Amino acid sequence: MDKLISDLKSQIVTQLNLQDIKPEDIGDDQPLFVEGLGLDSIDALELIVLLQQQYKIKLSNADEGPKVFRTVRTMAEYITAHQAQNS
Amino acid sequence: MSTNTYINADCVITGNRIYKNGRPVFDDQAAAAPDFLVSAYRHFDLQYPKFYKMDHTSRLGWLANELLLQEGFQKEKYRPEEVGIVLSNSNSSLDTDIRYYETVQSIPSPALFVYTLPNIVIGEISICHGFKGENAFFVSEQFDTGFIEQYVNGLVNNNILQACICGWVEWLGNDYRAALFLVEKMKTANSVIFTAENLNKIYQIENG
Repeated sequence: MDKLISDLKSQIVTQLNLQDIKPEDIGDDQPLFVEGLGLDSIDALELIVLLQQQYKIKLSNADEGPKVFRTVRTMAEYITAHQAQNS
Repeated sequence: MSTNTYINADCVITGNRIYKNGRPVFDDQAAAAPDFLVSAYRHFDLQYPKFYKMDHTSRLGWLANELLLQEGFQKEKYRPEEVGIVLSNSNSSLDTDIRYYETVQSIPSPALFVYTLPNIVIGEISICHGFKGENAFFVSEQFDTGFIEQYVNGLVNNNILQACICGWVEWLGNDYRAALFLVEKMKTANSVIFTAENLNKIYQIENG
């Protein structure tokens, strides 16, 4: 899980062009939107693309979005659960 | 009734060099064109993280506008609705359209898609400064200074705007040029009259 969380932080910085932020600056449980990293709705779409490109996961239910993308840890948990389901 | 309007500031960015009010203020010939914008952003210690998310055209226009309005522009004199933006270029958003099209081959990029219109640069500047006045983006083969003079004067002389940021913002491949002008009714010590001839002269600053 730690490795996945670390990879996700690097991928988020690259995918979202967060050039003023280092991956290690992002807390595992820091909210990604609004009061946390301050991501916006376009960033949310980019995170969906990230899941699809890097982990071959299609977020089929839009209602899941806020829960999945709450923090880096919730993203990692979602990916892990999805991979376990498909293995 | 038509009255004189004035260019109270100008900023030209081209050939990895930035000119403010006719004087070179930054130069980085070693940088590749896109990196030059980041180099300038850091040099002037600008703080607007969204800059990094913008496409080339918006970065160029936003940067030129920041430098244009630094030192001299008194935003508090105007209501948000009194400040407008009129820009133009010859290739619209083609640079980003091409890059977006490349992503469509796999997974389309939402972050690129939102920049596939030329007037997004106006939105970026307006959001950053809270400007809510009339705005327009025109596409013409060359910088049509006669048209810009007439259009902007129409807005200012009819009191639709009290101040207007106008000019040219173009990026395609590695070719780029921004030439922005702050047009106001008020005359200052460094004002030049807002005419097509003066726009042309400043636009081609590197040619002397």
